Amino acid sequence: MSAQPLSRRDWLGLIARAPMARLGALWPDDPPEFTWLRKPEVGAMMVQGRAGAVGAAFNLGEVTVTRASVRLPCGTIGHALVQGRDTRKAERAALLDALLQTEHEEQLQATVLAPLQAAEQEEAETRARRAAATKVDFFTMVRGEG
Amino acid sequence: MQLTQGFADPAIEAARVFRIVLDAMSHPARIVTLPEIDAPAPCSPAAAAVLLTLVDGTTPLHLAGAHDCEAMRDWVRFHLGAPLVGPQDAAFALGIWDALGPLSAYPQGSAEYPDRAATLIVDDMALRSKGARLTGPGIAHEAFLALPDVAALQANAAQFPRGLDFLFTGGAQLAALPRSTQIGGA
Repeated sequence: MSAQPLSRRDWLGLIARAPMARLGALWPDDPPEFTWLRKPEVGAMMVQGRAGAVGAAFNLGEVTVTRASVRLPCGTIGHALVQGRDTRKAERAALLDALLQTEHEEQLQATVLAPLQAAEQEEAETRARRAAATKVDFFTMVRGEG
Repeated sequence: MQLTQGFADPAIEAARVFRIVLDAMSHPARIVTLPEIDAPAPCSPAAAAVLLTLVDGTTPLHLAGAHDCEAMRDWVRFHLGAPLVGPQDAAFALGIWDALGPLSAYPQGSAEYPDRAATLIVDDMALRSKGARLTGPGIAHEAFLALPDVAALQANAAQFPRGLDFLFTGGAQLAALPRSTQIGGA
Protein backbone atom coordinates (compact mmCIF):
# COMPACT_ATOMS: atom_id res chain seq x y z
CA MET A 1 0.00 0.00 0.00
CA SER A 2 1.30 3.43 -0.87
CA ALA A 3 2.23 5.63 2.04
CA GLN A 4 1.16 8.70 0.14
CA PRO A 5 -0.98 11.05 2.21
CA LEU A 6 -4.61 11.14 1.14
CA SER A 7 -6.08 14.20 -0.50
CA ARG A 8 -9.08 15.92 1.09
CA ARG A 9 -11.38 14.44 -1.53
CA ASP A 10 -10.16 10.94 -0.66
CA TRP A 11 -10.34 11.30 3.09
CA LEU A 12 -13.87 12.76 2.96
CA GLY A 13 -14.99 9.63 1.13
CA LEU A 14 -12.99 7.27 3.30
CA ILE A 15 -14.36 8.70 6.55
CA ALA A 16 -17.90 8.77 5.21
CA ARG A 17 -17.72 5.10 4.19
CA ALA A 18 -16.16 3.90 7.45
CA PRO A 19 -18.49 2.20 9.93
CA MET A 20 -19.10 4.23 13.07
CA ALA A 21 -17.72 1.49 15.32
CA ARG A 22 -14.36 1.47 13.54
CA LEU A 23 -14.20 5.25 13.47
CA GLY A 24 -14.98 5.41 17.17
CA ALA A 25 -12.30 2.84 18.01
CA LEU A 26 -9.61 4.68 16.06
CA TRP A 27 -10.47 8.13 17.24
CA PRO A 28 -11.93 8.00 20.76
CA ASP A 29 -14.13 10.75 22.07
CA ASP A 30 -12.00 13.74 22.89
CA PRO A 31 -13.51 16.39 20.64
CA PRO A 32 -11.55 19.61 20.46
CA GLU A 33 -13.31 22.87 21.08
CA PHE A 34 -15.49 23.83 18.13
CA THR A 35 -18.58 25.76 17.12
CA TRP A 36 -21.37 24.54 14.91
CA LEU A 37 -21.85 26.10 11.53
CA ARG A 38 -24.57 23.63 10.76
CA LYS A 39 -25.77 21.18 13.35
CA PRO A 40 -26.29 17.66 12.01
CA GLU A 41 -29.34 17.57 9.76
CA VAL A 42 -30.90 14.42 8.38
CA GLY A 43 -32.21 14.60 4.84
CA ALA A 44 -32.53 12.73 1.60
CA MET A 45 -30.45 12.93 -1.54
CA MET A 46 -31.20 11.67 -5.02
CA VAL A 47 -28.54 9.27 -6.19
CA GLN A 48 -27.94 9.12 -9.91
CA GLY A 49 -26.64 6.16 -11.80
CA ARG A 50 -25.45 5.45 -15.31
CA ALA A 51 -26.11 2.16 -17.04
CA GLY A 52 -22.73 0.48 -17.42
CA ALA A 53 -21.24 3.65 -15.90
CA VAL A 54 -21.30 5.28 -19.34
CA GLY A 55 -24.94 5.74 -20.34
CA ALA A 56 -27.21 8.70 -19.67
CA ALA A 57 -27.70 9.55 -15.99
CA PHE A 58 -30.91 8.33 -14.41
CA ASN A 59 -32.31 8.72 -10.92
CA LEU A 60 -31.54 5.52 -9.04
CA GLY A 61 -33.28 6.36 -5.80
CA GLU A 62 -33.09 8.43 -2.67
CA VAL A 63 -30.63 7.79 0.09
CA THR A 64 -30.80 9.07 3.66
CA VAL A 65 -27.87 11.34 4.47
CA THR A 66 -26.76 13.42 7.42
CA ARG A 67 -24.72 16.55 6.99
CA ALA A 68 -22.90 18.76 9.44
CA SER A 69 -20.37 21.58 9.41
CA VAL A 70 -18.10 22.73 12.21
CA ARG A 71 -15.58 25.48 12.76
CA LEU A 72 -12.51 25.16 14.94
CA PRO A 73 -11.32 28.12 17.02
CA CYS A 74 -8.53 28.70 14.47
CA GLY A 75 -11.16 29.27 11.79
CA THR A 76 -10.75 25.99 9.92
CA ILE A 77 -14.03 24.65 8.62
CA GLY A 78 -14.89 20.99 8.31
CA HIS A 79 -17.81 19.50 6.43
CA ALA A 80 -19.33 16.05 6.50
CA LEU A 81 -21.98 14.32 4.45
CA VAL A 82 -22.49 10.74 5.57
CA GLN A 83 -24.98 8.09 4.65
CA GLY A 84 -27.61 7.19 7.21
CA ARG A 85 -29.01 9.08 10.16
CA ASP A 86 -26.13 8.83 12.59
CA THR A 87 -25.66 12.42 13.76
CA ARG A 88 -22.67 11.45 15.93
CA LYS A 89 -20.87 10.08 12.93
CA ALA A 90 -21.56 13.26 10.97
CA GLU A 91 -20.18 15.33 13.85
CA ARG A 92 -17.08 13.17 14.11
CA ALA A 93 -16.49 13.18 10.37
CA ALA A 94 -16.82 16.96 10.18
CA LEU A 95 -14.38 17.38 13.07
CA LEU A 96 -11.90 15.00 11.45
CA ASP A 97 -12.16 16.89 8.19
CA ALA A 98 -11.44 20.16 10.00
CA LEU A 99 -8.52 18.73 12.01
CA LEU A 100 -7.01 17.15 8.91
CA GLN A 101 -6.66 20.64 7.46
CA THR A 102 -4.64 21.81 10.47
CA GLU A 103 -1.21 20.91 11.83
CA HIS A 104 -2.67 17.65 13.17
CA GLU A 105 -2.88 16.30 9.63
CA GLU A 106 0.25 14.17 9.67
CA GLN A 107 -0.64 12.48 12.93
CA LEU A 108 -4.24 11.82 11.91
CA GLN A 109 -3.20 10.53 8.51
CA ALA A 110 -1.20 7.86 10.33
CA THR A 111 -3.49 7.03 13.24
CA VAL A 112 -6.89 7.27 11.58
CA LEU A 113 -6.77 7.39 7.80
CA ALA A 114 -4.16 4.70 7.23
CA PRO A 115 -5.95 2.04 9.36
CA LEU A 116 -9.28 2.97 7.79
CA GLN A 117 -7.83 2.60 4.34
CA ALA A 118 -6.19 -0.72 5.21
CA ALA A 119 -9.43 -2.10 6.65
CA GLU A 120 -11.38 -0.97 3.62
CA GLN A 121 -8.89 -2.52 1.25
CA GLU A 122 -8.90 -5.78 3.16
CA GLU A 123 -12.67 -5.92 3.03
CA ALA A 124 -12.65 -5.35 -0.68
CA GLU A 125 -10.07 -8.12 -1.16
CA THR A 126 -12.03 -10.56 1.01
CA ARG A 127 -15.15 -9.82 -0.99
CA ALA A 128 -13.28 -10.25 -4.25
CA ARG A 129 -11.83 -13.57 -3.05
CA ARG A 130 -15.24 -14.86 -2.00
CA ALA A 131 -16.64 -13.87 -5.34
CA ALA A 132 -13.71 -15.41 -7.18
CA ALA A 133 -14.27 -18.75 -5.40
CA THR A 134 -17.71 -19.04 -6.95
CA LYS A 135 -16.56 -18.12 -10.42
CA VAL A 136 -17.83 -20.39 -13.15
CA ASP A 137 -15.92 -20.71 -16.40
CA PHE A 138 -18.24 -21.05 -19.28
CA PHE A 139 -16.73 -22.53 -22.37
CA THR A 140 -18.17 -23.21 -25.73
CA MET A 141 -17.83 -26.71 -27.03
CA VAL A 142 -16.41 -26.98 -30.45
CA ARG A 143 -19.19 -27.89 -32.80
CA GLY A 144 -18.71 -31.34 -34.21
CA GLU A 145 -18.09 -32.00 -37.81
CA GLY A 146 -21.00 -34.27 -38.43
CA MET B 1 -13.39 33.33 5.64
CA GLN B 2 -15.27 33.63 8.88
CA LEU B 3 -18.55 31.80 8.45
CA THR B 4 -21.09 31.95 11.25
CA GLN B 5 -23.93 29.72 12.25
CA GLY B 6 -27.40 30.46 10.91
CA PHE B 7 -30.40 29.53 13.00
CA ALA B 8 -29.45 27.28 15.93
CA ASP B 9 -32.70 25.36 15.47
CA PRO B 10 -33.62 25.97 11.82
CA ALA B 11 -37.13 24.51 11.72
CA ILE B 12 -38.44 26.27 14.82
CA GLU B 13 -36.70 29.60 14.34
CA ALA B 14 -37.49 29.87 10.63
CA ALA B 15 -41.17 29.28 11.45
CA ARG B 16 -41.04 31.96 14.15
CA VAL B 17 -39.35 34.50 11.88
CA PHE B 18 -41.80 33.69 9.09
CA ARG B 19 -44.68 34.45 11.45
CA ILE B 20 -43.10 37.76 12.49
CA VAL B 21 -42.45 38.79 8.88
CA LEU B 22 -46.01 37.82 7.96
CA ASP B 23 -47.26 39.97 10.81
CA ALA B 24 -45.16 42.90 9.61
CA MET B 25 -46.31 42.43 6.01
CA SER B 26 -49.99 42.36 7.04
CA HIS B 27 -49.59 45.49 9.13
CA PRO B 28 -47.50 47.89 7.03
CA ALA B 29 -45.29 50.25 9.05
CA ARG B 30 -45.53 48.11 12.18
CA ILE B 31 -42.01 47.79 13.59
CA VAL B 32 -41.24 44.25 14.74
CA THR B 33 -38.18 42.72 16.34
CA LEU B 34 -36.52 39.58 15.02
CA PRO B 35 -34.34 37.12 16.96
CA GLU B 36 -30.66 38.04 17.04
CA ILE B 37 -28.45 36.01 14.74
CA ASP B 38 -24.85 36.43 13.63
CA ALA B 39 -24.60 37.98 10.20
CA PRO B 40 -21.56 38.91 8.15
CA ALA B 41 -20.98 42.68 7.97
CA PRO B 42 -22.53 44.81 6.57
CA CYS B 43 -25.72 42.74 6.70
CA SER B 44 -27.97 43.47 9.68
CA PRO B 45 -29.19 40.60 11.90
CA ALA B 46 -32.78 41.28 10.86
CA ALA B 47 -31.96 41.09 7.15
CA ALA B 48 -30.00 37.88 7.72
CA ALA B 49 -32.93 36.33 9.60
CA VAL B 50 -35.26 37.26 6.72
CA LEU B 51 -32.87 35.75 4.19
CA LEU B 52 -32.51 32.52 6.17
CA THR B 53 -36.30 32.24 6.31
CA LEU B 54 -37.44 33.31 2.85
CA VAL B 55 -34.55 32.65 0.48
CA ASP B 56 -33.34 29.26 -0.76
CA GLY B 57 -32.09 27.61 -3.92
CA THR B 58 -35.27 28.46 -5.82
CA THR B 59 -35.23 32.23 -5.21
CA PRO B 60 -32.62 34.23 -7.13
CA LEU B 61 -31.00 36.85 -4.91
CA HIS B 62 -29.39 40.15 -5.88
CA LEU B 63 -26.77 41.63 -3.56
CA ALA B 64 -26.34 45.34 -4.10
CA GLY B 65 -23.51 47.68 -3.22
CA ALA B 66 -21.48 46.93 -0.12
CA HIS B 67 -23.60 43.84 0.58
CA ASP B 68 -22.06 42.20 -2.48
CA CYS B 69 -18.87 41.29 -0.62
CA GLU B 70 -16.91 38.05 -0.35
CA ALA B 71 -18.08 37.29 3.22
CA MET B 72 -21.71 37.80 2.27
CA ARG B 73 -21.44 35.69 -0.88
CA ASP B 74 -19.86 32.86 1.12
CA TRP B 75 -22.60 33.12 3.69
CA VAL B 76 -25.31 33.00 1.00
CA ARG B 77 -23.64 30.03 -0.67
CA PHE B 78 -23.37 28.07 2.54
CA HIS B 79 -26.66 28.87 4.25
CA LEU B 80 -29.07 29.64 1.40
CA GLY B 81 -27.68 28.16 -1.81
CA ALA B 82 -29.54 30.89 -3.66
CA PRO B 83 -28.30 31.81 -7.15
CA LEU B 84 -26.79 35.31 -7.17
CA VAL B 85 -28.16 37.32 -10.09
CA GLY B 86 -28.49 40.83 -11.42
CA PRO B 87 -31.48 43.01 -10.50
CA GLN B 88 -33.48 42.06 -13.59
CA ASP B 89 -33.74 38.38 -12.54
CA ALA B 90 -33.98 38.80 -8.77
CA ALA B 91 -36.79 37.49 -6.59
CA PHE B 92 -35.14 39.11 -3.58
CA ALA B 93 -32.63 41.93 -3.39
CA LEU B 94 -30.57 43.08 -0.44
CA GLY B 95 -28.73 46.36 -0.02
CA ILE B 96 -28.98 49.84 1.35
CA TRP B 97 -31.47 52.11 -0.42
CA ASP B 98 -28.90 54.06 -2.45
CA ALA B 99 -27.17 50.88 -3.60
CA LEU B 100 -30.34 49.14 -4.73
CA GLY B 101 -30.67 51.68 -7.54
CA PRO B 102 -33.67 52.47 -9.72
CA LEU B 103 -36.72 50.40 -8.80
CA SER B 104 -37.56 49.88 -12.47
CA ALA B 105 -34.52 47.55 -12.76
CA TYR B 106 -36.34 44.82 -10.78
CA PRO B 107 -39.10 42.50 -11.99
CA GLN B 108 -42.41 44.27 -11.40
CA GLY B 109 -44.67 41.28 -12.04
CA SER B 110 -47.32 41.25 -14.74
CA ALA B 111 -51.06 41.81 -14.60
CA GLU B 112 -51.56 38.03 -14.95
CA TYR B 113 -48.77 37.13 -12.51
CA PRO B 114 -48.29 39.97 -10.03
CA ASP B 115 -46.48 37.50 -7.75
CA ARG B 116 -43.50 37.51 -10.11
CA ALA B 117 -42.33 40.83 -8.68
CA ALA B 118 -39.22 41.21 -6.54
CA THR B 119 -39.09 41.84 -2.82
CA LEU B 120 -36.47 44.38 -1.81
CA ILE B 121 -34.80 44.14 1.58
CA VAL B 122 -33.62 47.65 2.34
CA ASP B 123 -30.95 47.28 4.99
CA ASP B 124 -29.42 49.68 7.48
CA MET B 125 -32.56 51.80 7.92
CA ALA B 126 -33.29 53.84 11.01
CA LEU B 127 -36.85 52.70 11.58
CA ARG B 128 -39.08 55.39 13.07
CA SER B 129 -42.84 55.58 13.27
CA LYS B 130 -43.02 59.08 11.89
CA GLY B 131 -42.64 60.52 8.45
CA ALA B 132 -44.78 59.48 5.51
CA ARG B 133 -48.48 58.88 6.21
CA LEU B 134 -49.57 55.40 5.16
CA THR B 135 -53.09 54.07 4.59
CA GLY B 136 -54.50 50.97 2.98
CA PRO B 137 -55.01 47.27 3.70
CA GLY B 138 -53.79 46.25 7.16
CA ILE B 139 -53.83 49.79 8.55
CA ALA B 140 -56.85 50.69 10.68
CA HIS B 141 -56.73 54.47 10.22
CA GLU B 142 -53.29 55.71 9.41
CA ALA B 143 -49.70 54.78 10.15
CA PHE B 144 -46.42 56.62 9.83
CA LEU B 145 -43.03 55.38 8.75
CA ALA B 146 -39.83 57.15 7.77
CA LEU B 147 -39.32 56.29 4.09
CA PRO B 148 -36.15 56.79 2.06
CA ASP B 149 -37.70 58.16 -1.16
CA VAL B 150 -41.40 58.97 -1.00
CA ALA B 151 -41.84 59.83 -4.69
CA ALA B 152 -40.31 56.57 -5.96
CA LEU B 153 -42.36 54.52 -3.51
CA GLN B 154 -45.55 56.36 -4.46
CA ALA B 155 -44.89 55.55 -8.12
CA ASN B 156 -44.36 51.92 -7.12
CA ALA B 157 -47.66 51.80 -5.21
CA ALA B 158 -49.48 53.38 -8.17
CA GLN B 159 -48.66 50.32 -10.30
CA PHE B 160 -50.75 48.04 -8.05
CA PRO B 161 -51.34 45.08 -8.54
CA ARG B 162 -47.89 45.19 -10.10
CA GLY B 163 -44.93 46.59 -8.20
CA LEU B 164 -42.31 45.75 -5.60
CA ASP B 165 -42.70 44.88 -1.94
CA PHE B 166 -40.28 46.29 0.62
CA LEU B 167 -38.84 45.03 3.87
CA PHE B 168 -36.97 47.72 5.75
CA THR B 169 -34.44 46.35 8.22
CA GLY B 170 -32.11 47.94 10.71
CA GLY B 171 -30.38 46.20 13.60
CA ALA B 172 -32.79 43.51 14.77
CA GLN B 173 -35.86 45.45 13.66
CA LEU B 174 -38.02 45.19 10.59
CA ALA B 175 -40.95 47.02 9.02
CA ALA B 176 -42.73 46.15 5.80
CA LEU B 177 -44.20 48.21 3.00
CA PRO B 178 -46.21 46.08 0.56
CA ARG B 179 -47.19 47.55 -2.80
CA SER B 180 -50.84 47.78 -1.67
CA THR B 181 -50.11 50.56 0.82
CA GLN B 182 -51.04 54.11 -0.18
CA ILE B 183 -48.37 56.67 0.64
CA GLY B 184 -49.86 60.05 1.50
CA GLY B 185 -46.73 62.17 1.77
CA ALA B 186 -45.01 63.59 4.77
